[in-house]
Amino acid sequence: MHGMVNRALQGFLTTTYGDAVWAEVRSQAGLPFDDFEAMLSYPDPMTSACFEAASHVLHKDHGTLLEDFGIWLVTDPHLEPVRRLLRFSGARFEDFLHALEDLDERGRLVLPALDLPRMTVSHAGDGRFVIDAAWSLPGVSAILTGCLRAMADDYGTLAFVSLGPIAGDGHERLEVQLFDATHSKGRCFELGQVCA
Amino acid sequence: MTAAPMFERFGDALDRLLPMHLWIGADAQVVRAGPTLTKMMGQGDLHGQAAFALFTIRHPGPVDSVEGLRAMSGQRLGLVLRHAPELPLRGAAVALPDGAGVMLDLSLGLSFARAVTAFGLTLSDFSPCDQTIELLYLHEANSATTALSQHLTARLQNARAEAQAQAMTDPLTGLANRRAMDGEITRALADYSDDFGLMQIDLDLFKRVNDSLGHAAGDAVLERVGDVLRQHLRLGDMAARVGGDEFIVLFRDCAAPDDLGRIAKRLISACEVPISYRGQMCTISASIGIASVRAYGQRPSLDQLLADADAALYAAKRAGRGRFAFHGSPPIEANIAVPVMHRRRADDRPPGGFRRRQNDRVPRPD
Repeated sequence: MHGMVNRALQGFLTTTYGDAVWAEVRSQAGLPFDDFEAMLSYPDPMTSACFEAASHVLHKDHGTLLEDFGIWLVTDPHLEPVRRLLRFSGARFEDFLHALEDLDERGRLVLPALDLPRMTVSHAGDGRFVIDAAWSLPGVSAILTGCLRAMADDYGTLAFVSLGPIAGDGHERLEVQLFDATHSKGRCFELGQVCA
Repeated sequence: MTAAPMFERFGDALDRLLPMHLWIGADAQVVRAGPTLTKMMGQGDLHGQAAFALFTIRHPGPVDSVEGLRAMSGQRLGLVLRHAPELPLRGAAVALPDGAGVMLDLSLGLSFARAVTAFGLTLSDFSPCDQTIELLYLHEANSATTALSQHLTARLQNARAEAQAQAMTDPLTGLANRRAMDGEITRALADYSDDFGLMQIDLDLFKRVNDSLGHAAGDAVLERVGDVLRQHLRLGDMAARVGGDEFIVLFRDCAAPDDLGRIAKRLISACEVPISYRGQMCTISASIGIASVRAYGQRPSLDQLLADADAALYAAKRAGRGRFAFHGSPPIEANIAVPVMHRRRADDRPPGGFRRRQNDRVPRPD
């Protein structure tokens, strides 16, 4: 797994729960170093071990932990660049949802080794979207649930995001129901400059 | 139907597909301007304005007439808006039929990153087919990842520097380094059950090898000296390279002058065996200063012990090549067989305290 993902997990745990929790997770996961480097790659089992250990240390079930991680990815001030890059996908939340199919290509444009979830998005009518996602690690739908809830807020859109059943082929499903595209003001996004 | 009314009917399509278009009538006035271009101009509806007052065409050359612009049909144009001359734009013009003038379409060109900020553009200001948004995305993503890469490089450099600072080994000879030796001597000094001796070794004629045969030959000599020292170590002893051609050897449980003198003699002899380097013979010798903790009333400090060994080395060196000296005693020539060092020192001191070497056991190049 790309260091970007591992480093994000470390960042999530340290900023949300503190260095002591990260130290415990690191120890339980048997990491042979103190910190992940964002620009290096690590074996997938190492990433899985960290998620497992975090779930154990924090007494949180896997799904809740992954969803919190997804929300954090979009909302933490340290990761403003990620939020901005996501906002480039579309002017409205609905455009953003359609553009999720391009997400892994978009990631590879910047970092050829970056492995982001591959998604197919279908519009079922009446503002209902069905998203099927596949990733090298299980649990991607929970992370995406958190991300999409936070992104809907970011766009000022009222939407309901729910986990769907996990298909047998490793694909995970989630559903998004849009209610009001201009529910709130949302967060600022200006091209070419970071909002104050 | 003439061209103008037909284009009017498709005005909305023009706005959506070419949001930065400027339709200039035969009278050089603006017939229609795309919404994004209108926003960039910042002066409201452009309809009816004198078109050539809005922009300056720089490439392929200045133009201020509809006829001139029509003549540039199909060419790549380089231009700027009059009120934003620092933001070069790209354009293409197409002559319209039936006296309908000329259609000019613009794009941000390579100044896109500055231009979106300067003109306050948003995602909706671009046609979905326009890749400028993807360029912006890449531009921003590259800045972020470059920062991460630089961060990683800086961390690696720091880690490397730290590792070097903490290193205990001399990379060339594989012996310990000064840092490791200081630590070892400090530990030995604190262990009162351990009477140890210390030799400070400086190579003779090394500079000549380095200067005449090059650094690689010099390195070969140093590696060989490293091997020689290693061969004379027993368990618990330690040898270190502490300078260019300076070494320190610590001998545990070995403080008697007889023993230390014998070892010094053997070391000098071993160092004097010529080394062949690419067909050239390299010949050096060594001078040794010796300090033994047994010579002190109470344990000396690390600095004192090193200074005393160094002073002895200096005395040996001053007396000529290939000699060793105990701290506080005159130097001894290594090549003369002396079974008991201290007796020779007492009985057979040369006039003036030193004696020149009579005959070399090994041939020397000079």
